[in-house]
Amino acid sequence: MSGSVTAPGDAVPVDAPRPSGEPPSGERPAGGLPARGPRPGRTALLLLAPGALALLFTYAMPLVWVVRMALNEPLDGGAIRQTVSFGTFAEVLGDGHYWKVIGQTLQLGLLVTVFTLILAYPLALFLARTTSRWRSLLMALAVAPLLISAVARTFGWMAILGNQGLVNKTLQGLALIDGPLPLANNMTGVVIASVEIYMPFAILAMISGFGRLEPELERAAASLGANRLAVLRRVVLPLTLPGVLTAALLVFVLSLSGYVTPRLIGGGRVFVLATEIYDEAITSLNWPVAAVLSVLLLVLFGVVIVLYQRAQRALERRFTGEKGASR
Amino acid sequence: MRTHPAGRIARVTLLTVLYLFLLAPIIVVFVESFDDSTFLRFPPEGFTLDAYRQVFANADFRSGVQVSAVTAAVTTLLALLTGVPAALALTRVGFKGRDAVESAFLSPLLVPHIVLGLALLVLFAPIPLTDTYAGLILAHLGVTVPYVVRTVSAALAGADPRAEEAARTLGAGRLTVLRRVTLPAALPGLVSGAVIAFLLSFDETVISLFVSGQNTRPLPVAVLQYVEYRSDPSIAALSVCLVLLSVLAVLVVERSLGLRRSLRS
Repeated sequence: MSGSVTAPGDAVPVDAPRPSGEPPSGERPAGGLPARGPRPGRTALLLLAPGALALLFTYAMPLVWVVRMALNEPLDGGAIRQTVSFGTFAEVLGDGHYWKVIGQTLQLGLLVTVFTLILAYPLALFLARTTSRWRSLLMALAVAPLLISAVARTFGWMAILGNQGLVNKTLQGLALIDGPLPLANNMTGVVIASVEIYMPFAILAMISGFGRLEPELERAAASLGANRLAVLRRVVLPLTLPGVLTAALLVFVLSLSGYVTPRLIGGGRVFVLATEIYDEAITSLNWPVAAVLSVLLLVLFGVVIVLYQRAQRALERRFTGEKGASR
Repeated sequence: MRTHPAGRIARVTLLTVLYLFLLAPIIVVFVESFDDSTFLRFPPEGFTLDAYRQVFANADFRSGVQVSAVTAAVTTLLALLTGVPAALALTRVGFKGRDAVESAFLSPLLVPHIVLGLALLVLFAPIPLTDTYAGLILAHLGVTVPYVVRTVSAALAGADPRAEEAARTLGAGRLTVLRRVTLPAALPGLVSGAVIAFLLSFDETVISLFVSGQNTRPLPVAVLQYVEYRSDPSIAALSVCLVLLSVLAVLVVERSLGLRRSLRS
C-alpha cells in the first residue's frame, strides 16, 4: 500500500551537514551520492530506468492491453472482433448471471474481512504489546503461514472441512451429528479457509499500523482511574484504528480477487469474479468478457481504495487533529 | 496493569485457539502426509512414507520444481538488478516527483493477480511469449520488483546518509561510496528482498496459470491442477516439503533483517 510506506527522504534533516564547497540548493540530494558529477535529475533517471522499463512491460502495458481487449467484441468459437465499443460491457452488465457473480464476490469479501479482523485483532494486539521472551517465536508463528503456499493451506482446509474431514469425522465420532455438515463446496468453507489465509496479512498490517500504541498511555489512563474496558475503548481502540483500517483494506482487496481458495474449496459451486475471469478466458476463450470482468474488478478496487482514503482522513481528523500526515 | 488470574487464563485460551486456527491447515497437512490412504481423510489410520515417494516419482511435480526454481532464480536476479537502482534513486537522490515515482513503483502491489494474469495472457499470446520461460519470468518480474524496491528502500532509509557524506569528504569516489558504504548498509534489505522475490515467484500461482502451458508448468500450477481432480496424501507430502523450504527461507530473512521489518516499512 503506497500510503503505508514511509518516505525515506523524510528521515533526513533538511539542513544536514553537507560537505564544504557545495552550493546550498533546494534540489540538493537527500543523501550524499552525487555531490559533484551529474545533476541529480539525470542520475535519478538513469537509476530508475531499468525498473521503470521492467514495470512498463510487465505491468503497465498488460493493463492497457486488457482495457483495450474489453472494448472488443467476442465472436463465436473464441474469435474476437477488433472494434472500439462498449458492447461487451453492455452485454455483461445486462446479464443477471454476472450480477450474481459480482454479488457473491462482494459478499465473500465482506464476510472474510469482518471475520479476519475479529480474529486477527486480539493476536496483533497481543504481539504488539507483549514483552514475553517468546515474542519473536510467536511473531514468526503468526506470520509463517504467509510464506506457505496458499494452495497447500487450502488443501489443508479441504482435509479439515470436507465430508471425510477432521471436523465432520470428529463430530460424527462424538455422535453429535448424523450426516456431515456442509462445510466444503460452498460459501461457508470458502469463508473459513480464506479467513485463515488472510489472517497473517491482517496481523502484519495491524502491527505496523499500531505505531502510536504506547504502554505508557495505557498506564496513564489506568492511573487516572479508567478500568480495563474503558482503556480498551477510549485509548487502545482509537490508537489502533488506523492499523485496523489498513488491514481491512488489504484483506478486502485480497479476498475480492482471490482465486485459489474459491476454486478449490468452492468445488466449482462458488462463483466469484476471479474464477469467472479464469473460466471465460481459459475455458470459454471469451477474452473480451474476461477483460470486461477484469476492468469491473479494477473499478471495484478503485472504489474501495477511495473509500479507504476517506475513512483514513476522517480518522486522522477525529483522533489526532493532524492533517494529511497519513501513514 | 495487574492481570486477574481468571483474565489471564481467558487470554491464554483465546490466544491458543487463535494460533490453532491459524496453524490448523499446516498441522493437518503434516499429519496427513504420513497417511497410507489413497484419498483424503482425517484422522489418518496408518503410517507410511509412500506419499513422499509418490511426490518424487511424479514427473509433473519434478518438472514443476525445475520450472519454478529456474523462473524464481532468474526473476530474483532481474528484480534485484532493476529494483536496487530504483531504491537508490528513491532514497539517495533528490528529484522532483519522488513521491509520485515511488507510488508508481509500488502500484503493482495493488493490482489483483487474476487481472494481471489475464492482462499478460492478452499481451503475450500474439508475440508469442505464453508457455515460455521468458514469458513466465517477465510475468513474475512485475510482481517482485515492488517488493525489492520496498525492502531495499527501507534498509537505505534506516541507514544514515551522513556515513556516505563522511566517506565522500574523506575522498572516496562515487562508486567506492556505493560499493563500500551504501550497498553494505542496504545488504539486509537486499537479502530479504531477494528471498521474498524468490518465494513469491516460486509460489506464484494465479499469474502463472495464465501464461504457463504444457512446456513450462510451474509447481504451484501443477499442484493446483492436480488437486482440482483428485486429492490424496501426496499433495500433503509435497506441501510439507514446501513448508520446509519456506521455513529455511524465513530463517535466512530473520537472520539478516528480521521478518517484521522487511515486510512492513
